[in-house]
Amino acid sequence: MAIIPKKHEMPTQAPEVRAHNFSEVALGYSAEIAVEEANRCLNCKNRPCVAGCPVNIDIPDFIARIKEGNFEGAYRVISKSSSLPAVCGRVCPQETQCEMKCTLGIKFEPVGIGRLERFVADWHNENTAEKPAAPQSNGHKVAIVGSGPSGLTCAGDLAKKGYKVTVYEALHTAGGVLVYGIPEFRLPKAIVAKEVDTLRALGVDVETNVIIGKTLTIDELFDMGYEAVFIGSGAGLPNFMNIPGEAYKGVYSANEFLTRSNLMKAYRDDPHTPIMKGGRVAVVGGGNVAMDAARTALRLGAEHVYIVYRRSMDELPARREEVEHAMEEGIDFQLLRNPVEILGYNNPDDPRDPKNGFVTGMRCIRMELGEPDAKGRRRPVPIPGSEFELDVDTVIMAIGTSPNPLIKNTTAGLEVNSHGGIIVNEGGLTSRQAVYAGGDAVTGAATVISAMGAGKIAASAIDKALMARK
Amino acid sequence: MYKIVTKKVLNSTVTQMEIEAPLVARKARPGQFIILRVDEEGERIPLTVAGTNPEEGTVKIIFQIVGATTALLNHKEQGEFIQDFAGPLGVATHTEGVKKVCIVGGGVGCAIAMPVAQEFHRLGAEVTSVIGFRSKDLLILEDEFRACSDRLFIMTDDGSYGRHGNVTVPLKEMLEAGETFDQIITIGPLIMMKFVVLAAKPFGVPVTVSMNPIMIDGTGMCGGCRITLVKDDKRVTKFACVDGPDFNGYEIDFDEAMSRSRMYADYERHAYEETCNLFKNA
Repeated sequence: MAIIPKKHEMPTQAPEVRAHNFSEVALGYSAEIAVEEANRCLNCKNRPCVAGCPVNIDIPDFIARIKEGNFEGAYRVISKSSSLPAVCGRVCPQETQCEMKCTLGIKFEPVGIGRLERFVADWHNENTAEKPAAPQSNGHKVAIVGSGPSGLTCAGDLAKKGYKVTVYEALHTAGGVLVYGIPEFRLPKAIVAKEVDTLRALGVDVETNVIIGKTLTIDELFDMGYEAVFIGSGAGLPNFMNIPGEAYKGVYSANEFLTRSNLMKAYRDDPHTPIMKGGRVAVVGGGNVAMDAARTALRLGAEHVYIVYRRSMDELPARREEVEHAMEEGIDFQLLRNPVEILGYNNPDDPRDPKNGFVTGMRCIRMELGEPDAKGRRRPVPIPGSEFELDVDTVIMAIGTSPNPLIKNTTAGLEVNSHGGIIVNEGGLTSRQAVYAGGDAVTGAATVISAMGAGKIAASAIDKALMARK
Repeated sequence: MYKIVTKKVLNSTVTQMEIEAPLVARKARPGQFIILRVDEEGERIPLTVAGTNPEEGTVKIIFQIVGATTALLNHKEQGEFIQDFAGPLGVATHTEGVKKVCIVGGGVGCAIAMPVAQEFHRLGAEVTSVIGFRSKDLLILEDEFRACSDRLFIMTDDGSYGRHGNVTVPLKEMLEAGETFDQIITIGPLIMMKFVVLAAKPFGVPVTVSMNPIMIDGTGMCGGCRITLVKDDKRVTKFACVDGPDFNGYEIDFDEAMSRSRMYADYERHAYEETCNLFKNA
């Protein structure tokens, strides 16, 4: 049988339609397409894709089951390694992980592993009502700080081994960045809720509204009988550029803008939490978070949305697929541009003018790429005299975050690096005995799957350490 | 869910509640705040802790009905539940080494000032309290302040109770008469706190202000509560939820904070009217 050279296309909502709604962009494979795509897998001997997966899913095995039409079997294979298959199938950068290693990819397009994973997870969620039974308890208690991807993964892996796991979440809903950060149109919140329910069925307790470092400290968790603690508290406070005008009304961090829309449902017609809708919007930054913010602004009714990024398209760190989707939807990429000042309205004759203090524009400067920096990326350099103004009334800063200080400040002996990231060894162990950490709290802002990988490594290290104690 | 154990109307626009939240009750210190949501669809609002009862596991909050969420909260009765209640957040008021303190509270800000005054009193400091209200009808917590203050000045804008005038009047009189304090702590409307700072400045008395900006998560994630401090002519961004809510009053850019606090003024007025209409029709 001749090999089909290209991946089966992912059906999506048409750009002109989806730019005005919050429903999911990608619609998912049908069973027929999934089987056909699975048939592209060569089932090669050396299985390089598995090593490309941060949680080492047995990819050829689950694809083989799809070929047979055994979708539930495929789900069981994935769920042995991943606690969040429906999430990963949507937000993992497969193109730089499993799919990059795919043997078929040497001559043709790789197998659409991510799309198949998503298909299998969605099929399971739609067709299987039965929840996993809670495993037999081994009598050991572990506390997890944060219910984002690293925490949920660590919790799931430990629960499957029989640990009594409690996940502490500071916000009112479990899911961390999966609920406050990633928008509905990329990751429906119902899917996150379902994955959390699956963990609950495994016996995991999720306690919301508990801020570790404030409501309870790490030391108190040990006093409460937990034998190990995993910190997956996430990235933390948003960075700003420290340019004039960042306090004007209409300047948001991407965290705030996305939290208002995603977690607080400000995108609804009659929301309880307000957000600036419509108008002209500039998003500063080039990562996935910038793409999410830009596309959210568009869906909230913006007339025009810019991405302002200081390097060129080649250096843009966001996933290619997200960039392509954004372009199709009409996001205007202002590349090799950098903001120097945010402009605001100030009526000199009327200090009580209600328009005072709102954003009216953003002054930018053109950039060119100079010498490579230490990491080999060409450094952007401003072109003197090339300033210009963008006419905008909302500015969203999506230029990264700095670690949250709450846990560090209340946990004696917990060492952090110069960026504030928690220092861990290869097993995720921190400088404190029986305290592990992973995800953005360690690395700074990174991907969902790398956080899951860290949660998995820590779960395995916690298991080894606690079993060795006996 | 968190139970409303007691509810007490303090005046026509200010209500006090004790909420069952044992973990928060054990930890909260004066100056810290909590975040609550009234119901499943509600917004998150920060409220400063007005007191705790660790034995009973309750946390006291005092709020003014200023918008849709506080109106909804005020409609809840004793024995009912609110959806979410998380804390304590923020850094507690710094009390070490302060032997003589002047607490200046305005309006519902007095609810936040009260536990701070009580704490200093408990620690044996000499407490002078100046509390101000628009009129007699809006006066709250007089007995509580009397009990923890060595001296108490009550001011009303219209002269209907206590002395006529704003809170800076007795403060200036004391400072001009040569009295000094280790610390002035002021909690109330931004414009009042700005004038307290201006009044104290010529005398070089340290002033702590308690900021209450717009917040969402309150845990150091969204950055919405950022305020600007001016230190040696350099502008520094701080986050009220994790760095505050207390700041050095001489460093705060009050005009910016006042402008930012009005970001959603139109929206809030509309939402408040909608909520009020809802209750009228019910």
